Amino acid sequence: MTPLLFVVSLALISVAAGVLGSLVGLGGGVVIVPVLTLVYGVNIRLAIGASIVSVIATSSGAAAAYVRERMTNLRAGMFLEVATTTGAVSGAYLATLLPERFLFAFFGVVLAYSSVITYRKRHEDHLLTVSHDRIANYFNLHGSYYDAAEGREITYKVAGTRLGLFLMYIAGLVSALLGIGSGALKVPAMDSAMHLPMKVSTATSNFMIGVTAAASAGVYFIRGQIDPIIAAPVAAGVLLGATFGARVLGRITSRTIRLLFVGVLVIISLEMLQKGLLP
Amino acid sequence: MTTPTNRPDPADNTTPPGDLQVSGHHRQLSPAEVAAMEEKIRKIEFAISLVLRIGVILSVSVIGVGLGVMFYHHGDYTSLTGHVSYKTLTSRSTPFPHTLGQLRTSLAHGEGRGIIVLGVFLLILTPILRVAVGVISFLYEKDVPMALITLFVLIVLIGSFFLAGV
Repeated sequence: MTPLLFVVSLALISVAAGVLGSLVGLGGGVVIVPVLTLVYGVNIRLAIGASIVSVIATSSGAAAAYVRERMTNLRAGMFLEVATTTGAVSGAYLATLLPERFLFAFFGVVLAYSSVITYRKRHEDHLLTVSHDRIANYFNLHGSYYDAAEGREITYKVAGTRLGLFLMYIAGLVSALLGIGSGALKVPAMDSAMHLPMKVSTATSNFMIGVTAAASAGVYFIRGQIDPIIAAPVAAGVLLGATFGARVLGRITSRTIRLLFVGVLVIISLEMLQKGLLP
Repeated sequence: MTTPTNRPDPADNTTPPGDLQVSGHHRQLSPAEVAAMEEKIRKIEFAISLVLRIGVILSVSVIGVGLGVMFYHHGDYTSLTGHVSYKTLTSRSTPFPHTLGQLRTSLAHGEGRGIIVLGVFLLILTPILRVAVGVISFLYEKDVPMALITLFVLIVLIGSFFLAGV
């Protein structure tokens, strides 16, 4: 395959990765890493570098639209970034201390568990009308958004910020250690622990993953993991896909988003278990 | 997280305004204050979405130019059936700029891959700039707690680049 064919085909796959990544709030890395390593035979370290680029592209591309449409909970997102960025920075320096295989196996199990939890409550958003969470009330993290699928304004209260902060720290840590899985922990943290509506959770996760990824991007750049000929089609394709995905999220029901999220989560957890358990 | 049922619901009109039933908050906000708060959030949302859009458009344009330059310099890359494989460009030993010094040299030589790396750099800077705009917006709206929170995130982000030695 010549370089031109490589760039064009990878850009097309990246468009699909951007659409999926922006809908479920996970970034495009979920698709990009396996495609690069399995289909194109690219070294895993370069694939993870491309994944970081695709996460930032999904985040910025989709967030520009989500923020405008008030789908993102801006205050909650920016508040929780305290934990994700701290986690990402500490993760970059723990990478040499912790055995990678154990981490993959461990988080494979964690994500499998969280996909079961998300699937079991696929029918409803369990929104709160009142919150006694001190942190959420002090910073006024509550919000509302217009749900185009239901045709009404939905108001919600945020709770469980302590557990949320803890999970976000872990999400940042994992993102820096393994290059994937940051959004996979952020969405359940907001959806299950903090009672945000599902669509707000994926849109806010999308908003945040760019910042989490940027916190470890410097390390990946210096280590020479960001190869321009891979990064260029990935960035351009994912940006296009994410912009499109962001336009349709409002019209899709929460239940569909949740099922889509569960499907992707199962695939990621299998990928992680395979890396952790198989020789 | 369940809501204790013995506490009155502050959304309920029977609860007097200013009642401290909701912990962590000074008092209930009046409808006018809620409206002002939402207006503030709208402004911040607009500023942030503008920064993101500009960053995205700028970086994708630079990346596009870089790809164009690279294919222009290397005619053999563009044929559909040629003998040059992409693998020579995606192996671990492929040279490409990965320090700021190398990036400067590569740009000075007008290399396509240098221009692409510059575009990727702009993409990486976009979320950081977005956080910086958040700090300024929250300060401008006199929301000190959120401004401090966002400032902390900005410091960690910038610190991460220094720690990495970029």
